[in-house]
Order: sequence, then structure tokens, then C-alpha cells
Amino acid sequence: MNAVETAFDFVTVSYLTRIGNQSAGTLTELLTGLEHCSDASIFHHTFQTLGTHHFLTEGFSNDFAQWVLVDTNRNDLAEQLAALDIRDYVSIAALRRDLCRLVGEFCAAFPHYAGQSALERFYFCESVEVTAPLGRSARTLDEFRDGIAHLSHAGFYFHFISSRLRLQLQTNDFSYWLAGGLGLASLAENINHIDIYTNTLDSTRAKLLRLIDRERRKA
Amino acid sequence: MSEALTLTRIPLDDYAGLRGAGEIEELRALAKPLRGRSIEMINSTAIGGGVAEILNRLVPLAEELDLHFKWDVMTGGEDFFDVTKSFHNALHGAPYHASPRDFEIFLAYTQRNRAALPLDSEFVVIHDPQPAALIDARKPGSNHWVWRCHIDLSHPNRAVWDFLEKFVSRYDGAMFSSPEFSRQLPIPQYLFYPAIDPLSEKNQDLEPEFIAQVLARFRIDPMRPILTQISRFDRLKDPVGVIRAYRIVKRYFDCQLVLAGGSASDDPEGAVVLKEVLREADNDPDIRVIELPAWAPLEVNALQRASTIVIQKSLREGFGLTVSEALWKKKPVVASAVGGIPIQIIHKHTGLLAHSVEGTAYQIRFLLSHPEIAAKLGEHGHQHVKENFLITQKLKRYLTLFLALARGS
Repeated sequence: MNAVETAFDFVTVSYLTRIGNQSAGTLTELLTGLEHCSDASIFHHTFQTLGTHHFLTEGFSNDFAQWVLVDTNRNDLAEQLAALDIRDYVSIAALRRDLCRLVGEFCAAFPHYAGQSALERFYFCESVEVTAPLGRSARTLDEFRDGIAHLSHAGFYFHFISSRLRLQLQTNDFSYWLAGGLGLASLAENINHIDIYTNTLDSTRAKLLRLIDRERRKA
Repeated sequence: MSEALTLTRIPLDDYAGLRGAGEIEELRALAKPLRGRSIEMINSTAIGGGVAEILNRLVPLAEELDLHFKWDVMTGGEDFFDVTKSFHNALHGAPYHASPRDFEIFLAYTQRNRAALPLDSEFVVIHDPQPAALIDARKPGSNHWVWRCHIDLSHPNRAVWDFLEKFVSRYDGAMFSSPEFSRQLPIPQYLFYPAIDPLSEKNQDLEPEFIAQVLARFRIDPMRPILTQISRFDRLKDPVGVIRAYRIVKRYFDCQLVLAGGSASDDPEGAVVLKEVLREADNDPDIRVIELPAWAPLEVNALQRASTIVIQKSLREGFGLTVSEALWKKKPVVASAVGGIPIQIIHKHTGLLAHSVEGTAYQIRFLLSHPEIAAKLGEHGHQHVKENFLITQKLKRYLTLFLALARGS
């Protein structure tokens, strides 16, 4: 089995949720909040919430969409917000722009809905991230597989989902290392295509491990 | 001065079967930079109440991670606890006229405890209003003090909150169970959830024979749908509203209602509510009003597991941990959208939320008509609790807080 010079270091992550100063009781207020909240808040309600609610594989995408659906009863806008795919974004600024655009366009088109009071308020929160090395690294595909199999949900989420923002690339830590370190570009691409919206973290990991096992059998 | 504390020790590795070995390894990794550092938790009761129940299990787990974790209990006389109970209710929004004498009593006991408690740990976590003024004892230096508030502060009594705010504002951070409970404060505020212990008597797996025995003891028919609300007899839990919702459901389904809660014998207000409940039940043979002893975890566990649907129709709620208990048992839950409940019940994903008696009845009817949806909600609810509201997650949240404080976030 080939070994590479640059090892893959497994890390885990934990988030503290900080309660922000903004809240929204109408769609207009949601738009104001989206325009002014911190990047950590956009991250919290999109990227992080997907990790926390990974077991919901039907109809849950982000906190904004869920609030619009349940508390303002605007299914059309909720559907558009839910359709935003965080894999398309490598910066929070771009994601914020699209969130604001969708809510702004809706408010402009339906001003009578924009000011209607929601059932419950939306509270903007933000994520405070703390990472910790797990003390495990991989230089071969076997070690890599073993490391992924032992990761917690948070560790898996950190490397597979939130890594896009760190790498500023439309890929994830696993694929990045497989392509760059082991030269397994095709495996890297297949892994990057696993749908995180229709899979739980467990089923995503199971698919990923199957792809790696297939690659190992080739060796 | 602190009371002797008996801790329930369950090895951390015992949770690996439920959470996975990776999750336990993660706790050890997060705890590594905190090894040997001192943490002190202070609350006002060693036994009874949700905070003591959680600390009882949290402290031994933290010790296993080589943290110097201390739990101290503030002491006080009857006059102190009379005042703090009034404060508690007033902070929940109950009418209260605070007298200068009340504040004097509060501060006098704070002073006594300040002299007796060590309060010298690197991280000091103060639980709820009773010990909040101990911040006066903070020594200059680099230690960190945080205030954990388990109370709904969304509509506090102005005089009591103004008094407490002076102390709370001097902490390094405050933690609340829902963003709705947070206040305008000059310090960071964090979201912290209570937690259940899946290995405790209240939540562990039970033998079907034991569940059957409990049902037989309370004359509940296992063959017909069972709707259950577990909560003390308190108007804020709206047991009368639950009966009214049940009556609507009963027109369509041959079901039973179980209202079970701690005995009202030592709670004059609870006794009044219990009478109201019995009057509303009107000797309906399918309504079981059960007064449980103060500590009856196995009976609560069995009643929840035997239920077809669990209800939590509170009018106000701190967090409503009974919701997590039911979800952990994969039960479909219909609950009010108040306090911390919407954090546990993600509408149409991990349960159903309602805003009225009629809405509660409708959601129950819907679930009784669609058992496959009820089962799915229960399954998702279980996953939600597993991911967010177990004692191991609470420990992880504390480790994250301490790491964030230590690095100055």
C-alpha cells in the first residue's frame, strides 16, 4: 500500500451556540437580520444545523427554511430557501447574498405577507467553533479508512461538510487529501458526490467506506 | 457548609454502546487540554430537581476525563429558600412585591456561603439565581465565572431581575435553555440544553413484563391507545386542557388518557390543581389520574414506554425534559410550542407542535390515524435526542465552553 509524506490528521469539532442580539417576527425582519447578522450566524443556521439535524433526510435543509415553513406558513419561500445547497458555496458571503436575494424578492413581490407576524420569533444565533486533534493520522488508504470508520459524527461533519469553507473549494477534506496525497482523483470525486441532504451522516459514511473498500480491492 | 453529595457513577465507556466509540474518544480529545484544571459547579440543592439530577451524573463523567470537577451546594435557612422560591416564581412572571428585607436575606446568606465555599477554581459555574451573587467573591485573576440559568426569563418581575442583573452582568457569560429566555446583557449569552441520562432508571430499557405489571397496577388497558402526559399537577402544565383535548379525540377514537405526576400531598397549590383535574375528569373510567411518589423513575419510564402518544401541553415551560424522555423512547409527541419545547420538537420532523386545545386534539387524531407517520416521528425524535440531549452531549458542551473561555472566545 502506498504511503504519502503528508499525513491526513483527524480532527474533531465542537460548537458552542452563542445567542445573538437579533430576532425576527416577520419576513421583513428576517431579511434585516440576514443582512446584518454575523458570518458565524449564517454558518450556524445553514452549515452547522445540517450537521446537527443530519438524521432528517426529508424536507429539512436549514433553519431559515424551517422557520419560514412552520412559523410564517410561506411554503413557496420555504421551498426556495430549502433548495439552497451549501455544497455550492465556498464562502459565507455568497450564501448570505443568495439568502437575502430570495427573501428580498419574496418580500417585494408579496408585501402583504412580508409584514405578517410569525407564530414564533426567529432568534439569530452563532456558532463558536472549538477543534481538537484526535491524535490519529493516516498515510495509507487502509489507515485512512480506519480513521474515518472511528470518527464521531462531529469529526465526520468537520472533514466532510464544513471543510468547504476552510478549503474555499467545492470539495471536502477527504477528497482533497485522496486526490492530492494519494493521487486517487476518481475516488475523491465519487466521494464528493455523495448527497449529504438525502443521507444521514451514518449513511454518508457507509457509502464513503464502500467506495474506499472498492478502491482497496483494486489494489 | 456544603451538603454531602452522593454521586451516581456510570463508566463513560458504558455510553459507547449508545453513542459509538468515536463519540467517547471525542470527549477524551476535547478534555485533554483541560486535564488537571479545576472546575466548580454550585447550585442550591443536592437532591431533587433537574439541576441536581444532571450534576449527579455529570460530575462523575467529568472526573473520569481527569478534570478536577467539584460540585458544591449552597446552604440557607428556611427564610432564604422562601425568598428564593418567591424570586423563582417572580422571574417566571408571577406577581410579586419584593421587599427590601427579601434582598437583605438573600445577600446575608450569600455572604455566609461566600465565606464557606472555596470558589477558587479556574472555571466556576453558578446555577440559577440562588447563588448568583457569589460573583462578589470572584478574586482578581484569570479564572472564569459563568451563570447557568434554567429559568424562563422572558417575562421576569422587573424588581427581582433588576436586582439580579447587577450580579449577572459581571459574569463572563450566561447560559440559557432557549434563546427566548435570554436578556439584553453586556456579556455573551449561550444556548445550553438540559440532558437526560439514557442509562438512568427513568430512561433505560425495560422488560415488557415490568411494563405490563405497571399498566395492570394502574388499571390501564394495554390493548387500546394510551395518551399520556407526565408532569406535576400544576396549572402551567395545563392538565385540564389535556383532558379537554382528550374528550375531542375520544369522539373519534376509543382511547385512554393517563395524567401522572408527583404527589400533591406536600404542595398546597398542587392539591388544588389535582382537585380541578379530578372534577374535569368527572369519573371517566378511561381517564387515569395517577399520583406518583416524588421519586418513581421506573413507573414513569414504564408509562412513557406503554404510551401510544405522549402529550406535553404546557402553557409555560423551562425546557420540558419529559419531551426528550418520551422521544428517547421513540414515542410520537404532541406538545405546545412554548419555552424549550420547540428545540426538542421540530414540527413535522421529530413531533408535532400545537397552540391550543383544539390543535392538540387535531394532532393526536392525525397521529392515531397515521401510525406509520407517528412511528417515523418517534424514530427521528430518538435520533434528535441522541444527537443533542444526552448527558454525554451536555458534558461535551461544557468542555467546549471551558475551552472557548480559556482561549478567550
